[in-house]
Amino acid sequence: MSGLREVRLTTPITDEDVAGLRQGDIVFLDGAVYTAREGAYKRVVENGIALPVDIAAHSNVNFHCSPAASVGADGSYSVGAVTATASFRFAKWIEGWFEASSAKMIIGKGGMSEEIYRDIFVPRGAVYLTTVGYGTGALLGRGIREVVDAVWLDDLGIAQAIWIFKIEKFGPFIVDSDGEGTSLFAKSNREIESRLDGLYDGLKPAILSRYGETTARDDEVI
Amino acid sequence: MSDIIAIDRVEGAAAEIMRRASIQIPRDYKDGIKVMVEEETSELGRFVLQSMLENWEAAEDDQRPMCADTGLPRYYVKAGNEARVEGGFVALEAALRRATAETTQSIPLRPNRVHPLSRVDHNNNVGIHAPEIQYAFEPDGDWLDITTVHKGGLFGTDYRMLFPGDGIDGIKRFFLDVMLQHGRRGLACQPAIVGIGLGGGKDTCMRLGKEAACLRIVGEPNPDPEIAALEAELTVLGNEIGLGPMGYAGRSMVIDCHIEVGFTHTGAMPMSVHSFCLSSRRATARLFPSGEVEYRTDPQWFTPFYRREGVQ
Repeated sequence: MSGLREVRLTTPITDEDVAGLRQGDIVFLDGAVYTAREGAYKRVVENGIALPVDIAAHSNVNFHCSPAASVGADGSYSVGAVTATASFRFAKWIEGWFEASSAKMIIGKGGMSEEIYRDIFVPRGAVYLTTVGYGTGALLGRGIREVVDAVWLDDLGIAQAIWIFKIEKFGPFIVDSDGEGTSLFAKSNREIESRLDGLYDGLKPAILSRYGETTARDDEVI
Repeated sequence: MSDIIAIDRVEGAAAEIMRRASIQIPRDYKDGIKVMVEEETSELGRFVLQSMLENWEAAEDDQRPMCADTGLPRYYVKAGNEARVEGGFVALEAALRRATAETTQSIPLRPNRVHPLSRVDHNNNVGIHAPEIQYAFEPDGDWLDITTVHKGGLFGTDYRMLFPGDGIDGIKRFFLDVMLQHGRRGLACQPAIVGIGLGGGKDTCMRLGKEAACLRIVGEPNPDPEIAALEAELTVLGNEIGLGPMGYAGRSMVIDCHIEVGFTHTGAMPMSVHSFCLSSRRATARLFPSGEVEYRTDPQWFTPFYRREGVQ
């Protein structure tokens, strides 16, 4: 993997850390991360319910994840694999979450739109990292050293609770956003667009179209 | 010697295939990815596939699930015509539900199954119509095959009512549409085994496509040469889009394409497309009345009898 640069960072992530990252870098993390997705976002951002823990004191890295985990009869936690879930679904809450959490780094699947990077990430000096694959659940599971807490476990269930993990060489991740708000995913989309007309050449539109259907080749479903 | 398959054997085998499916990538899929790593032109694409190979090794070494989204666990049961299960099929279904709940806790799997409206999660992957259990039968044989599939459920699948006038071009076009809409950003977790259902009613069309993706192995074409040729053509077409792993520019999109057909309405040609992801979780157990259990990764679901066309 000669051309790919590997970077190892320790949380909390600083402005210098973010500034030093380049799109396409391979990142591993030490320190701590927490999971938060629609369940927690809805409670905090939409319903205004205060977090029962000072999340920023634990970490400023938010992982869009539900672990494959279970809780033993004695209350102990068992975490097998962890993998990201698609981040675009959380767009409506992300700005409010930044306000509530002071997060600097979001890790997820598939990235978010360039508009969100430009308008919400860049002004806060925040960066988006994507998991690899998807997903390298076993490799990421190895990187978890300890479960610090599972916040709102009873209210939100295992999949939606805020899990706080101590981590060591947690990764790999790929840097998606940059300081200008561009996305490596979006750049890849633009790269392949030139080929698409050729692929569809001669294939007539379906006899029965679908309500609201578009045939614009640069459309995305997210 | 007993001529009945003991119910505790059923539960034990179901738990074992749950474990195997979640932890061990099937050999046929892994071998296919090894070939794709060699052929992938993009550096980032190769890094992604190489990471997946390392991930599968880590999963086996640590005996932990290869992916944390452990999908929606479900079962496919195929019974030889002479097979008898202790307690009957109600007991069989109860055993499969117990095995699901038990392994969700013990492996652990992610408790993905929730009520669609209340979002209530029993934390055990069991609920209303969960896990699904589907049946098929085979002449002769006193054995019972139980296959579990843990397929992710959010992206990579679509259905469309096409018509005879759409023809092969219509099939290609809809295939490209689905590959693109879910291949960008790698939402479909490609390269995937792409299963296509053609024909049947809408439910049969969806079922056949899903079974084609999840219950046939990489490198096994449809026995009908005309269908096999279309499978090969769509595999090449998918890999020519220019989308690689995670939606980065590349060429690893379709590891194999499987098509299954069912007789349909004379005016219709419905089509479904299903992508079975980088964690193609499937495992099968064959149980005999003797108590013997054989494990494998090829479900052998599609047989000449299952695809039969005549009256008998």
